[in-house]
Amino acid sequence: MNLQADASRNGGPAGAPVSKSDLDSIVVRFAGDSGDGVQMLGSQFSQETALAGNSLATFPDFPAEIRAPTGTTYGVSAFQINFGSRVVKTAGDQPDVLVALNPAALMVNYKGLRKGGLVILDQGAFKEKDIKRAGFTVDPRTDGTLKEFRVLEIDISAQTLEVAKPFGVTQKEALRAKNLWTLGLVSWMYDREMNSTMEYLTRKFGADDAVGKANVAALKAGHAYGETHELSGDVAPITMPSVKVEPGVYRLVSGAEALSWGLAAGAQLAGLETVLASYPITPSSPILHILAKLKQFGITTFQAEDEIAACCAAIGASYAGKLGITASSGPGIALKTEAIGLAISTELPLIIVDTQRGGPSTGLPTKTEQSDLFIAVWGRNGDAPIPVIASKSPGDCFEVAIEAVRLATKYMTPVMLLSDGYIANAAEPWLIPSMKDYKPFPVKFHEDVEGFHPFKRDPHTLARVWAKPGTPGLMHRIGGIEKDYNSGNISYDPANHQKMTDTRAAKIDNIANDIPEQDVAVGDTKGKLAVVGWGSTFGPINRAVHNMREKEGLDVSHIHIRHIWPLPRNLGQLLKSYEKVLVAEMNNGQMLTFLKSQFLVDAKGLLKVSGQPLKIEEVSSAIRSMLGSN
Amino acid sequence: MNVTVQPDKLTAKDFASDQEVRWCPGCGDYAILKAMHKSLADMGARPENTVFISGIGCSSRFPYYMATYGFHTIHGRAPAIATGVKLARPELDVWVVTGDGDALSIGGNHLFHALRRNVDLNILLFNNEIYGLTKGQYSPTSRVGQRSPSTPMGSVDSPAEACTYALGCGARFIARGIDVQAKELDVLFRRAREHKGASFVEIIQNCIVYNDAVFESFTAKDVAADMQLHVKHGQPMLYGKDRNKGLRFNPQTFKIETVVVGENGVTEKDILVHDETNRVLASLLVALRPPNAPEVLGVIYCDPAAQSYEVAVKAQEAQAKAKGPGDLDKLMRAGNTWSVT
Repeated sequence: MNLQADASRNGGPAGAPVSKSDLDSIVVRFAGDSGDGVQMLGSQFSQETALAGNSLATFPDFPAEIRAPTGTTYGVSAFQINFGSRVVKTAGDQPDVLVALNPAALMVNYKGLRKGGLVILDQGAFKEKDIKRAGFTVDPRTDGTLKEFRVLEIDISAQTLEVAKPFGVTQKEALRAKNLWTLGLVSWMYDREMNSTMEYLTRKFGADDAVGKANVAALKAGHAYGETHELSGDVAPITMPSVKVEPGVYRLVSGAEALSWGLAAGAQLAGLETVLASYPITPSSPILHILAKLKQFGITTFQAEDEIAACCAAIGASYAGKLGITASSGPGIALKTEAIGLAISTELPLIIVDTQRGGPSTGLPTKTEQSDLFIAVWGRNGDAPIPVIASKSPGDCFEVAIEAVRLATKYMTPVMLLSDGYIANAAEPWLIPSMKDYKPFPVKFHEDVEGFHPFKRDPHTLARVWAKPGTPGLMHRIGGIEKDYNSGNISYDPANHQKMTDTRAAKIDNIANDIPEQDVAVGDTKGKLAVVGWGSTFGPINRAVHNMREKEGLDVSHIHIRHIWPLPRNLGQLLKSYEKVLVAEMNNGQMLTFLKSQFLVDAKGLLKVSGQPLKIEEVSSAIRSMLGSN
Repeated sequence: MNVTVQPDKLTAKDFASDQEVRWCPGCGDYAILKAMHKSLADMGARPENTVFISGIGCSSRFPYYMATYGFHTIHGRAPAIATGVKLARPELDVWVVTGDGDALSIGGNHLFHALRRNVDLNILLFNNEIYGLTKGQYSPTSRVGQRSPSTPMGSVDSPAEACTYALGCGARFIARGIDVQAKELDVLFRRAREHKGASFVEIIQNCIVYNDAVFESFTAKDVAADMQLHVKHGQPMLYGKDRNKGLRFNPQTFKIETVVVGENGVTEKDILVHDETNRVLASLLVALRPPNAPEVLGVIYCDPAAQSYEVAVKAQEAQAKAKGPGDLDKLMRAGNTWSVT
């Protein structure tokens, strides 16, 4: 029987407000209409927070609709940030502060707020019809709905209008600056420098633009409001000490950025130019957008007519001697499967990035899930193995992308790189790597005519030669029909098909000898319980295991799997050295089934498919339950 | 590095691979293959710089029989794969070989976009109006009433017309030939290769097993001259045994009609002169089909764009590179950063 992650059940430390002196991290959630600029507000606040030297993790949580009808609950867009003076690993289980720019935002989010937490409301947005539209029968400010929280009501709309109007902007334009007014206020609350936001606004609007000026004025006014108004003691400014981390130059990075740069870096290390062929799909599109701006890196981007064409064009590019990459999300990956099979059969390098989202079908386009593990490992016709690797955090996408390129080019194989909607959009402080620290793995194209055939293999890696068109004397034909092991010509010979199938599998299995052995992220290499995770659940599992060991003295370890196929060669042995194994993942038990089938381990699952990341408390309570300590 | 020294002048044989050809005896594909071997040699093409890409179907086995680079891919997707090849390596001479099912059914979308984008590909569509490799089902170009294993009472849906489709997709080079007319095919292959941008060539191809003689109304020896119009740019569109039949434009009906010079007061002056750069004329010509009109063959439309797709893409890349090569360390350190000591 698996454990259910139940967000409503986890209380965490309830009751009185945390005293400011022992705060080592704070979770703030901004929420408003999808047209309120909440994502911009959140990402600018993140930028300021990062520059202040805090550790942080963010969670943009927005609807699939671009501009849902105003004031509706399904149009609410939110951005959560957890920042602290200790290393922050998740965007936080429960917000300490909720900024609700309208009643719908309050409706959707107030239940998740920590008891005793602070709610900041835009009074101006709480007109009777707005309150009704959000689904409150009575004004939540007066009926005790918010009695467990501290409430700070400010007419942010009116304040913004007053300061923005003189710049000669329309009422609508003026009101749209309320996200900046709010940012000003919150920047004051947490003692943030606003320079980076000012620079951002100047870049975006130009120095002389009226809307830009109105926005800057709103930002400053929000800050000044905090300084000059006598807010209640609880809202006095807090200075969060900076976190102690490894020295170096840092920046904020999202998963989509780090992944795109990692692909560029990998191609550079391989000495290859790249063609990224993609079709727009949420939440994968930012990779296409980012790489489209990197033409000077020898990167060609191609917005194909559909997902299939995108994969095919990438394969065509690899066939022609460049690195073909295609990036998509679940529905797109499903469409690409036949083409991926062609790349497997013709043994061409190809990177397939799957930024997973809620499924099945269209599912939850903007929400996160890890339910493409099966399609990544097994989702093709025929026996069609490929390496699959998964990133654990935004910054880790850089490393994983380089590893994907290394494997694809060294073993002449498609590689599936799994990210997810959470990683792609979330940002974290990132120690910027230096390219000189990476060892190049240059590709050598085959040019020797002597004894050439297209399926001539390296005896160690079993990779076939890569001979590109244009090379004299190496003209050859490849295709999806089975090929003769010794010539590459079409072959329907039964024994040959067995041999080729076995060889393709052995080539991929052999990669297990070229990847690190499985380590233990936290804890011992044996004991009572191992919590196994992969992908973006790294943060909550890691923090929960830490907490359970340190605060409750439980014998629990954290194993994080990066290489999903082939699995690290010692993983089976390692799992058997624990009395119990818990697999925590955001799907209905895919890694769980996978590990059971591979190693016959009697693992249990902590499974969650709500479109929301795992919470630390959900993992902690599963650990307690597995170890019988609650 | 070892380089095979190629003789300067290649022959048809140099373009034939060592693989045994496995089409049915009497298949029209043999003639097309043979014509291609010879044409490429005559054009001075280099096997190492030539790539044949195909999808799935009888015609798509074509690359295996060429001593060039070749990629037999998946059903309908050859234009997409070829687009990737061309984006990666614009200097390669890339040919797409496809059939009526591959190009117009499962791959209709990719064909549309390759033509619309104007990728510099030479696309050869072998049209036999039937699915051969899957054993004889009707195809998107089969005529209404086609009996086949999947339409035992005859098909009921209207056929697609390949050249009309290509024109609608925005193709800027459209030609039509017949499998056994090697001399004419040679011209079409040459023109297609010279054309910068997507070239679309429909080749009427007889499937001897599943759809034999379906083109008899204009290919049979006794009617061929009277039912085939071989158009040439700048020349009057005359045809027939006695070269006295021709096409005339009727401005009242906005239609092309077939007339006979010397009958009903028709003179040679009334006969339309072919202008391959005229898209409106092309749209009228591709719509003419036997038995009511002759089959129009030759280069029907050729109006090159200023540049093909991949050239435009490379131009943007060159523009970006002109500002200096990419520096990842610099890129990752641009914008807001902070130092921890």
